[in-house]
Amino acid sequence: MDSLTNYLFVSVILFSLGLFGVITRRNGVAVLMGVELILNSANLNFLAFARFGGMNMAGHVFALFVIVLAAAEAAVALAIIINIFNNFHTINVDDVSELKQ
Amino acid sequence: MAEFTFWIVVGITLGSAFMVVMSKNLLYSAYALLFSFIGVTGLYVFLWADFIAVVQVVVYVGGILILIIFGIMLTNKITSVNISHTSVQKGVGTLAVLGMATLLGFMVFNTPWIELANVEPAETTAAIGRLLMMDYLLPFEVASLLLLGALIGATTLSRKED
Repeated sequence: MDSLTNYLFVSVILFSLGLFGVITRRNGVAVLMGVELILNSANLNFLAFARFGGMNMAGHVFALFVIVLAAAEAAVALAIIINIFNNFHTINVDDVSELKQ
Repeated sequence: MAEFTFWIVVGITLGSAFMVVMSKNLLYSAYALLFSFIGVTGLYVFLWADFIAVVQVVVYVGGILILIIFGIMLTNKITSVNISHTSVQKGVGTLAVLGMATLLGFMVFNTPWIELANVEPAETTAAIGRLLMMDYLLPFEVASLLLLGALIGATTLSRKED
């Protein structure tokens, strides 16, 4: 627990799992969950480098901004997904490639 | 003891993340995401980031996860008991992601990271507040504008057309 590489390895695995979710899931909400995992792994990296880089607090501020961006992104993405569901009656991301209705 | 707890927390985080991307049921994915967020919160505590850990619980667990569950409930018929979702191109996806993970792991393993000696701070909130109000004032204000934009945008998008 007192080594930077441990945290970086956890972050790598979390990022890979998130990426796997983004590229293999068909449901729009599940793709969003993958994006959240990726953002969490990025935050873990920021905080790990802040902790082992002499407790540099700029990392904490950046992590805070990432959380703000994730909240805004989740709200807008879910609004878009609900709109897609109302128009196409599905949120399967492969079936909504048309631009016209 | 702390070492043992650390690995338990890592296990919870990664196991739940694995469930998120592998589960057949969309609701189970959402619940696994809850435990993954809580595990990441535990890792933040190990990294001495107490304020960020609390923000993570409040925003991710209390906000984003609820939004995601709302999204699931609003885009499926409640009467259909198993809200299933499938994956495509699992083989190619696994190969690509394993390649990516190997590359990143190799990079982490081979880079000579410099670890500075440091002591656990008594408090982090004071330093974060000072940085937000002095060094990062412009990004802070831009973030508030972005949140306002996202709020108005999400409301406009999800409203029924007149």
